[in-house]
Amino acid sequence: MSGSTWERPLDAVRTARAVRSGEMRARDVVSAALARIAAHEGALHCFNTVTTDDAVAAAERIDAVVAAGKDPGPLAGVPIALKDNLCTRGIVTTAGSRILEGWVPPYDATVVRSVAAAGAVVVGKTNLDEFAMGSSTENSAFGPTHNPWDPNRVPGGSSGGSAAAVAAGFVPIALGSDTGGSIRQPASLCGVVGVKPTYGLVSRYGLIAFASSLDQIGPFAVTVADAATLLDVVAGHDPADSTSLDVRPEPLTKLLDEGVEGLRVGVISDFLVDASPSVAAAVHDAAEALAGAGAIVEEVAVPSLMLGLSAYYLVAPAEASSNLARYDGVRYGLRVDGPDVEQMNARTRSAGFGPEVKRRIMLGTYVLSAGYYDAYYGQAQRVRTLVARGFAEAYTRFDVLVGPTSPTVAFEIGAKTQDPLAMYLSDLYTIPTNLAGHPALSVPFALSEGLPVGVQVLAPSLGEGRMFRVAAVLERGADPAARGPIEPRLAGVPR
Amino acid sequence: MPEVSASFSRDDVVYVARLARLELEPGEVDLYAGQLASILDHVAAVTGLDTSAVPATAHPLEIENVLRSDTPGSTLARDEVLAQAPRAEGGRFRVPPILGEVP
Amino acid sequence: MTTDRPGHPGWEVVVGLEVHCELSTETKLFCSCPNAFGAEPNTNVCPVCLGLPGSLPVLNARAVEFAVRIGVALGSRVEASIFHRKNYFYPDMPKDYQISQYDEPINVGGCVELADGSRIGIVRAHIEEDTGKTTHVGGGGRIHDADYALVDYNRAGVPLVEIVSAPDIRSADQARSYVNELRAILIATGASDGRMEEGSLRIDANISVRPAGSDEYGTRCEVKNLNSLRSLGRAVDYEAVRQIEVLAAGGTVVQETRHWNEEEGRTSSLRSKEEAFDYRYFAEPDLVPLAPSEAEIDAVTADLGPLPAARRHRLGELVGTDGSPIPVDQLATVVGLGLDDLVLGAVGHGADPRLALARAANEAANRPAEARSLDPVAFAELITLEAAGQLSATQSKAVLAAMLEGGGEPRQIAARLGFEALGDAELEAAIDAALAAHPAEWARFKGGDAKVAQFLLGEVMRATRGRANGKVVAASLEARRS
Repeated sequence: MSGSTWERPLDAVRTARAVRSGEMRARDVVSAALARIAAHEGALHCFNTVTTDDAVAAAERIDAVVAAGKDPGPLAGVPIALKDNLCTRGIVTTAGSRILEGWVPPYDATVVRSVAAAGAVVVGKTNLDEFAMGSSTENSAFGPTHNPWDPNRVPGGSSGGSAAAVAAGFVPIALGSDTGGSIRQPASLCGVVGVKPTYGLVSRYGLIAFASSLDQIGPFAVTVADAATLLDVVAGHDPADSTSLDVRPEPLTKLLDEGVEGLRVGVISDFLVDASPSVAAAVHDAAEALAGAGAIVEEVAVPSLMLGLSAYYLVAPAEASSNLARYDGVRYGLRVDGPDVEQMNARTRSAGFGPEVKRRIMLGTYVLSAGYYDAYYGQAQRVRTLVARGFAEAYTRFDVLVGPTSPTVAFEIGAKTQDPLAMYLSDLYTIPTNLAGHPALSVPFALSEGLPVGVQVLAPSLGEGRMFRVAAVLERGADPAARGPIEPRLAGVPR
Repeated sequence: MPEVSASFSRDDVVYVARLARLELEPGEVDLYAGQLASILDHVAAVTGLDTSAVPATAHPLEIENVLRSDTPGSTLARDEVLAQAPRAEGGRFRVPPILGEVP
Repeated sequence: MTTDRPGHPGWEVVVGLEVHCELSTETKLFCSCPNAFGAEPNTNVCPVCLGLPGSLPVLNARAVEFAVRIGVALGSRVEASIFHRKNYFYPDMPKDYQISQYDEPINVGGCVELADGSRIGIVRAHIEEDTGKTTHVGGGGRIHDADYALVDYNRAGVPLVEIVSAPDIRSADQARSYVNELRAILIATGASDGRMEEGSLRIDANISVRPAGSDEYGTRCEVKNLNSLRSLGRAVDYEAVRQIEVLAAGGTVVQETRHWNEEEGRTSSLRSKEEAFDYRYFAEPDLVPLAPSEAEIDAVTADLGPLPAARRHRLGELVGTDGSPIPVDQLATVVGLGLDDLVLGAVGHGADPRLALARAANEAANRPAEARSLDPVAFAELITLEAAGQLSATQSKAVLAAMLEGGGEPRQIAARLGFEALGDAELEAAIDAALAAHPAEWARFKGGDAKVAQFLLGEVMRATRGRANGKVVAASLEARRS
């Protein structure tokens, strides 16, 4: 679509610098973002809500702050998209579900307040798999999001909307959530950077819960530096979240250029077995790039990680079945009436939840039920320990681990919806990290038949520093064509 | 580890649907039973593992005693609370009659 | 302890009580909404206690402190504990799960000693959050005929400690006595105001019966809706008889939950033959474990001071020094109302222990709040005046009432009331006058007629307008006779 308003946006770091110095106006930056959205969103459906008026008003406030000689913060004027499972006061928040269609939260998530306080401007709420359950964003009650690289393909999930919004150049940064890979996998499929922080590093207060011991909020960005900047803004202790780590992390942006000289890098061989050849090739190339930069690279087998998928699909649905019980038609959201409250609950939930959510609620209820708890849930929690031990052992010999993010590139819409298990396998390489509570990220590295392939970097808890150093090196060694943002491609237009 | 039958029967679906307040059409019961059985078969790979010597990880963190002081904070305005209510009356949330007793 | 029921000899009732105690914190258990009774519906709520999507719980330090105090007071082991989710659907539960404690509770074991010396075991005491309140509308307020229901979440999230007793209770009296003792302990810890009428203390009873002398437990029923001590006692008696009659007729007791109906004086079955509820307990992932340190527990132990049973013993020792029977009821009343320090203080200032105890239990007990602020020195003075005969019992009670009403010194109050202590000379003069006025009666008294002594005493009392001390007059008459 030539002559369109699409333009590769400036990255967040440079935008903020320009707005803070008065060189650029936030109003103009945000208007340009909104124009790109207006032109191309229809083909992609990244957003459930675009907050045009609020965004313009917020941008004007930022400009006023600058004009008054004050500093709006490190993300001044930067347009940001937020996954639609983050509570935003006064702005509809659906979690991709009919059961919360039209729900307006009376409060902001902590991360929402943090990014606003840093001067970022929210332009909309992005589409997701319903209640973050899925790996393709096809489980959204409001229709799928399309991959900007090929609109017949999925952007990945569950944070598909946020990944695609960054990949399509709508915004330079976005927030998503990751429970089993829901930031990293879509980042890989969309050619952008996606980070899942250490569990507890970023407050979960205001994140609509899926699996409480696994969920984390994290950044999407085009550049590693922008991802680090955004993570610096949202990381840190929150008294409103009991599982929030009481740490004041060192700013990551300062560490990015430290390089990887002497760093011990382990390539997880177990993950290469079932990955597609192009994905495996990308990982090998990435390993070489790191070796070329002075890292000590070796293959390592961590077999216990392969138990992760099974443990995850016992633990996550169990926690979800409890977290989603509150959607009962009583206090907010959808209500389908009934002659008594029990039937009202059942009719509401049946009408309000999609099939994947129902499957997971039923599976979760089952594994927690009397007589099955120990064999399933109890066992899964013990397997979780095995996964953690596997990692711990590997981290006695290596500083970071690398591997593929996703077994494949972006698949076609509808290709995996018939078989839930096939979809679950998309998360094979990302799940172990969530079980251990560790950080990991995906950096776009290579192209395979015109579609991006991300490489995953894993680190032990609070190892974000070394993880980002590796990511920075990989970013420099990546195929530039493999990295977003790209002008969204129309259906039928060949790659 | 005791052998657990890794199948999800029709009765199981009916049972958990009731516990989870989900109303399923008769056709759905069979569909879900099939899907859940196949998922459970796959994940049940772990149920056979010997983990007798392994402690459970309930949580990735190892912190304890996170507490807050007993100081009143802000509450929500009632209008805002009830504005989202599907049905309200006299400042309260209104629901159809409750048949069951408190468990 | 077997309780024979009229018409049912040889049976024993076995009762265990679950008492839910609301803690007197400023704020709720997991959020900082005010913990207050009687506010307008849904005005003390926030995202956390409403269970809004995305909300998270944060534990109230004071609630933990109170729970530790309760554990120490009950003689429990205070242990490291975790929270669990108890999953079930009910409109008064904002999350449709309750955050509670399951198999790793904060307080394990313990024992409560009742006023009569019997001991009831405590199984456990744990922390959990309260639910909202449901009002059934239409159908005469009865649950089953209601047209709809209204829910208020002000109470949702209020901190509770649930105290579970062992099935050691053997009668309705003992059940009431246990609750009274528990209430006194809870008030002594400061953790609760113990007001059953306001719902601060709620009781569920597990009741079963068995042949007297048997070791095995019969099938038990849980009885709910016990809103007062009276209901508790009546329900225990009713349910015991009901179960005995079922068993005596050859039937079996169905394990179920029953509802106590105060008006009709009976229990009725609540739950249809449903199987035991599947709560799917699992460790609460939004909270981290709780591990009170030894130092904290020791500090609580030191701070708590002696508990009711110990205080009864201490007071009893003071009073029982003369070897005569100890008035156990008076001890229970005085300690139960927190007036033992008053009595101890008074005794420390020379008051007669028995008299101080009696006045505290019988008179001061009428205004316990005021009595608790009474100056022990002043109280001692009053008791001494009475013991010395300078005030009669009647006068002493009047002075005490005045002191409770508006404070003040006993002597000044006595003077103001016209109770001036009768001087010995004045008393003797009054007696002289009375005897002189009634020589015939005096002669009969000297001759050994005891009945006329009352008449003479009455005359002296009249003449002194009640200021004379009856005992002193009697003693004086006796002395004059010889």
